[in-house]
Amino acid sequence: MMYDFFIEPFNHYAFLRRALVACIALSLGCAPVGVLLVLRRMSLMGDALSHSVLPGVALGYLLMGLSLPAMGIGGMLSGLLVALLASFISRQTVLKEDASFVGFYLIALALGAILVSTKGKNIDLMHILFGSILAVDKASLILIASITSVSVLVMALIFRPLVLECFDPIFMTSISGRGSLYHLIFMGLVVLNMVSAFQALGTLMALGMMMLPAITARFWAREVWSLYLIAILFAILSGFLGLIFSYHYSWPSGPAIILVAGVLYLITVIVGPYGSLRCRHT
Amino acid sequence: MSQDLKPTLSFKNVTIAYKNSLALENISLDFFKGSLTAILGPNGGGKSTLLKSILGLVPLESGEIKKFSSKYKDIAYLPQQTEIDRTFPLTVNDVIAFGACQAKGFFKEINQETNVSIQKALEKVGLKEAGSRSLHTLSGGQFQRVLFARTMLQDAQIILLDEPFAAVDRFTIEDLIKIIKEWATEGRTIIVVSHDLEFVQTYFPQSILLARRVIAYGPTEKVITLKNLRQARQVSYEWEESNFQDDKTMQFLKNDV
Repeated sequence: MMYDFFIEPFNHYAFLRRALVACIALSLGCAPVGVLLVLRRMSLMGDALSHSVLPGVALGYLLMGLSLPAMGIGGMLSGLLVALLASFISRQTVLKEDASFVGFYLIALALGAILVSTKGKNIDLMHILFGSILAVDKASLILIASITSVSVLVMALIFRPLVLECFDPIFMTSISGRGSLYHLIFMGLVVLNMVSAFQALGTLMALGMMMLPAITARFWAREVWSLYLIAILFAILSGFLGLIFSYHYSWPSGPAIILVAGVLYLITVIVGPYGSLRCRHT
Repeated sequence: MSQDLKPTLSFKNVTIAYKNSLALENISLDFFKGSLTAILGPNGGGKSTLLKSILGLVPLESGEIKKFSSKYKDIAYLPQQTEIDRTFPLTVNDVIAFGACQAKGFFKEINQETNVSIQKALEKVGLKEAGSRSLHTLSGGQFQRVLFARTMLQDAQIILLDEPFAAVDRFTIEDLIKIIKEWATEGRTIIVVSHDLEFVQTYFPQSILLARRVIAYGPTEKVITLKNLRQARQVSYEWEESNFQDDKTMQFLKNDV
């Protein structure tokens, strides 16, 4: 019975196995990036960035059809463009960074939706917004795996300066002066992971794989490395359960995965061992 | 006080501006090896800006700052504690180890030698057993001790401390003062920004009264005089009257003058 419910579908269908592998790769890449976004108090910035990949994705779609590499590259470019424009505006004008990000991501989202609708059928728009993890083919699996590999390697390499920049930025500048370099590398990784997550989960849900496991882990761990580990585990668990529910009840896979991650988060808020509602003072 | 003739750090006619208004005007100062100097003055008087200019974090409008040091970057800086998130998921050891990054860079492993220095620093600040505790379990005083330990690992010739005793208990202050004095006897140059007049009078042999320009500079008993403090207050009137509500130095003056 348990076997039939949890294992058998993967045994039976290659597309489910591919989806699961994609989820595991995504978890390894996105969860650590999400943990640092949370620690940097940039959760909302991540949200804004995730929406800003849409016009690029739409352009890729208009030019090349439903081709994942084209949409991926387009998404990456528009994400980076919005990140640069928004930080330029916040440096040069009275607007703070969060406000200028919100301005740009709304423009990007609206523009993207209109671009898709000029050519596409609604079903395509749904694909782009909510992803199609069950349709992940070999090419996009390789792209996801490559992005994850790069992301994990770079995150390991710049672990120390990144954590320090996040913990005590003024001290960081006083000993190295290169804090903004690491910040930029990190933002690049955020966009990269966003692109790989959007392939599977869609632009609206991509951030979920990054943020929900990360904020859940906050209630389970007290050090950065263990936060990474627990966030990754939660992400994989969400991916696995989400796919199962998606298969059995024919829910759309992206929202199913994110909803599982969300439920795990809500449970943790109540029962988690650190700083949760149950133990507020630890 | 015996001093080398050559200062380790010297300001020559330094002027710094923030968005068209002067933050520091025509500052000339010398700091010597083994000296212990406090900087005081009203809010907005440029105390923190002075420290940041030594670090090279703010551009100079004119003048120059000379550093006579053997190593290229031989300055340790301890920012104000309020600017740090104390719930950050790190252990005490992690935080102290960051001090070693100044000399070693970010990409070398933390070896046995570094671990020994961390342990020594922990013992000096009175937190011998606390190495593996996580930050959020520390009190404000204990946290400041940890930051002092990190400063030790930086092993710098010039040490800059920005309000190191704000929000710290009396007991901790006394321990930390001992450490600062030890640093000075090791020949390091120490500059401390402080709000607290009594405090500076008790512990620091030299001080600088700063209100965008140097009001007075020299032995503390000659710097902290009614005349100088009045002058500092007069000057600070020019930029902000609201200063007097929350500024301890100026509060002290109000009762006094």
